[in-house]
Amino acid sequence: MIKCKDYPEKQIKDLEDKAREIRRLIIKMLAKAGSGHPGGSLSSTDLMTCLYFSALRHDPKNPNSPDRDRFHLSKGHCCPVWYAVLAKSGYFPIDKLWTLRELGSVLQGHPDRRTPGVSVASGSLGQGLSVALGMALAGKMDKKDYRVYCLMGDGEIQEGNVWEAAMAASHFKCDNLCAILDYNRYQIDGKVDDIMNLEPIQDRWRSFGWYPIEIDGHNIAHILSAFDEAKTIKEKPSIIIAHTIKGKGVSFMENVVDFHGRAPTKEEEQKALEELKDRE
Amino acid sequence: MSEMFYTRDAYGEALVELGKQDPNIVVLDADLSSSTRTKLFAKAFPGRFFNFGVAEQNMLATSAGLASCGKTVFVSTFAMFATGRAWDQIRNSVCYNNFNVKIVASHAGITVGEDGASHQAIEDIAIMRSIPNIKIVVPCDAPETRDTIFTAAKTPGPFYIRLGRTKFETIENKKKFKLGEGYVLEDGKDVTIIACGIMVKYAVDAAKILKNENISARVINIHTIKPLDAEIIIKAAKETKGMVVCEEHSVAGGLASAADDIILENSPTKLLRVGIKNRYGQSGRPEELIKEYKLTTQDIVETARRVLQK
Repeated sequence: MIKCKDYPEKQIKDLEDKAREIRRLIIKMLAKAGSGHPGGSLSSTDLMTCLYFSALRHDPKNPNSPDRDRFHLSKGHCCPVWYAVLAKSGYFPIDKLWTLRELGSVLQGHPDRRTPGVSVASGSLGQGLSVALGMALAGKMDKKDYRVYCLMGDGEIQEGNVWEAAMAASHFKCDNLCAILDYNRYQIDGKVDDIMNLEPIQDRWRSFGWYPIEIDGHNIAHILSAFDEAKTIKEKPSIIIAHTIKGKGVSFMENVVDFHGRAPTKEEEQKALEELKDRE
Repeated sequence: MSEMFYTRDAYGEALVELGKQDPNIVVLDADLSSSTRTKLFAKAFPGRFFNFGVAEQNMLATSAGLASCGKTVFVSTFAMFATGRAWDQIRNSVCYNNFNVKIVASHAGITVGEDGASHQAIEDIAIMRSIPNIKIVVPCDAPETRDTIFTAAKTPGPFYIRLGRTKFETIENKKKFKLGEGYVLEDGKDVTIIACGIMVKYAVDAAKILKNENISARVINIHTIKPLDAEIIIKAAKETKGMVVCEEHSVAGGLASAADDIILENSPTKLLRVGIKNRYGQSGRPEELIKEYKLTTQDIVETARRVLQK
């Protein structure tokens, strides 16, 4: 596990509050839509909150700035968390979140370029690390100092394409590339360890030439430290292996496979929002 | 006989010229840069060339990331691996985003020759045609290849450009290349022969033989399969008594299918196909395979006669 740096208490608390708010938006959005993927959205909420409200260099008013840091959501089904942080950052009005998955909505069931702040679509698993690699190579070629972040699911890295990208990213020495693995240990059919084991996961990434950083993916200080540490690594790409809990923050969704791809009912929504209330 | 050139030489040379003109051109290959001729670009612009090794899926998805940052990306390997191995990446990462990725694949069709069936892409046009946003061009010779490459570089969006392994004889009396516009190489009123790629030469030769039999054949080069020039096909369907469509590709899903769709909906006429009929390729010399799979000038002549039979 990572050796944490000290961050001001207020910064940590602000991000925790923000994450809780993002979780509430995810629950409401999915309940309204009636379908979608809460489990992996909630497990990656703290990671995405720290990224969009701390680590990522971006400007919602200038979403296509060539100097911006890039983010690509490789596990596209978890777009509710992306949409929530984008809306909260100011890329589009919060009200748009209630149109998720509706015909003609800018918020498609999987990421699409019609959404402000989304520059590349995703959804078919295993391709996102390659897309991020392309962004990283372009940055190197153009002598830009932007960084590229790519969030992947754990089940997703069973795809062969991921390992082709892993091999190439270290070959091309893409130290401007930082992958984030949401290691919640569940996939649709059950436990990742049972379906198709990924261990020893650190060794696997290290052997492909990556710099792995293992953290508790719900500990804000861990996450901030990991992003900071990754920035210091030269000549090789980094991967933040974030141990997370699927459905994190809603007791009856935590580690329940059923909530991989099922939206909460009205009652479940109320119950979840009660649990996600701000504590004073 | 006209001169013979490799279309992939024309491609490699065009790339180098484009590279000089446009610093945003980036070229990717998957361990076949000698065969596809992207090595010419690699030598001239090493900082803008990336060899991905034998990993086509990664190469195609990476091209999408590069294009998202404003690059015009040319991606090359053999037709079999570009389209078959990486179809999902082409559909979801390249074409769905409508990115500036130009897939230029060599070694298409059975004229790959001795390497045999595993390397002979005969369904690549079919599987590319089914994807929205992509434009598909099958040039008939080296000069047309050059024009296609320059056009693709300045036309936004994804392209699939299909090249062969063997030398192509340069076609005489070609019209200026315009994307999406076929043209008449030989006018005629009895039967229409539509062709693309290497088959254009055979179609022209077939028209000459038919002329000796007092059959007047109209030969149309359809270099752009998508978007297809419906107008020239419908006109031919109305003005001649039937159609032969020739392609070094499966008869399912390629140029013949595309032409048939247009005709069925607009001006039904008899359409027969010269192409590969539900078979894999095999080893052999290219000219032997052309005979074995009934793609010769003589096969076109006989098919044209059959079209005209009552």
